[in-house]
Amino acid sequence: MVDFSLWDIFRNLLLAARWTVVLSVIAFVGGGLVGLGLLLARLARWPGAQTFVAGYVQLFQGTPLLMQLFLAYFGLALFGINVSAWVAAGVALTLYTSAFLIEIWRGCVNAIPKGQWEAADSLALSFGEKMRHVIGPQALRIAVPPTVGFLVQVIKGTALASVIGFIELTKAGTMITNATFRPFAVYACVALLYFALCFPISAYSRRLERSFQRGR
Amino acid sequence: MVALDFGAVLVQWPALLRGAAFTLGLTAVSAVLGGIVGVACGWARAWGPPWLARLVGVYVELIRNTPFIVQLFFIFFGLPSLGVKLTPELASVIAMVVNLGAYAAEIVRAGIENTPRGQLEAARSLAMNELQVFTRVVLPPALGRVWPAMVSQIVIVMLGSAVCGQIAAQELSYAANLIASRNFRGFESYLIATAIYLGLAIFIRQLLNWAGPRFIFGRVATR
Repeated sequence: MVDFSLWDIFRNLLLAARWTVVLSVIAFVGGGLVGLGLLLARLARWPGAQTFVAGYVQLFQGTPLLMQLFLAYFGLALFGINVSAWVAAGVALTLYTSAFLIEIWRGCVNAIPKGQWEAADSLALSFGEKMRHVIGPQALRIAVPPTVGFLVQVIKGTALASVIGFIELTKAGTMITNATFRPFAVYACVALLYFALCFPISAYSRRLERSFQRGR
Repeated sequence: MVALDFGAVLVQWPALLRGAAFTLGLTAVSAVLGGIVGVACGWARAWGPPWLARLVGVYVELIRNTPFIVQLFFIFFGLPSLGVKLTPELASVIAMVVNLGAYAAEIVRAGIENTPRGQLEAARSLAMNELQVFTRVVLPPALGRVWPAMVSQIVIVMLGSAVCGQIAAQELSYAANLIASRNFRGFESYLIATAIYLGLAIFIRQLLNWAGPRFIFGRVATR
């Protein structure tokens, strides 16, 4: 058996952590784009968009992320798409993230006074102009702190991708445990690395929140 | 075209029912114990002695910034090397209580800190001791204020418990796994389990929204 020092364990986990970061970025960017698209469709009052988005949000927020990952993994395969763990995890986490971001951002848009909409309407701005010049910039300002805070949830969510065989931090922890039989040390290191990733983001989000409340 | 066969999964309904009941039981136990941990920690954070407030702060930040699955693995796989042997069920409950407790602590603290000053002064001028002030005057309306957040968190923990199947706790996702491994109908099996989870989430939300004002914080306030 190969002897693993604590440093070896930590170094290997650190290498695996980059896949946690990459998957988080994919889910966050993808989820942001899908969420923005659905939110705009809703705000533009497309027929059926309101019902669809409400159902979409309820579906993804009311079911376990783990089940969504399994469904993406087995579901895409049914349609003859050759799924790697990458594709399944990317798709499931993107949809999951988008459902939460829609709700967060919708709250921010709702927080904008009605007069702003009316003023934009009375200037005969088109929907796109309204979004770009009036509603968008104001909503964006409110949206930053909770969006940054939600990033922590996304990073923690990627840990579940380990279950469908995606090799990231948690999966690497399991594999190293199986090789070293030192679960206590390994999972403590895994937790520590997640903490090192998430805590600065949580703290930053809180600071943004505070400075935003002061600025009002 | 894809041929789906839900019948092959649905004939195993007793396993699904047992799994769903297990998930509900797991959630009920964790919600009660986690709620108690949350109130105790929320009190410590808002009113406790500074050293205790700091200690609880470390606990809350540690739990909120690490994934549930890692907490579960740490408890189930890691603790036995310290001589603590746990069954999957016990490890699941502990992980869920520890997890919910940390989130509930922050929720309860927010409720406590929004107590109007006058209420505290009124309670103290009635010669209530600190414990009475907290349990009779501060806590009930504080829980009422944060109840929606609390309900959401309990639902999140219930959905998170799907992970407990990974350490062979016999809950709903474990049942779905088992069925899929018997008949190779993975997609159908997980789809049905997912639908049951959705039903459970809606049910728990309705139940708690109904029960909260009646049994948990309304009773004291209306008397």
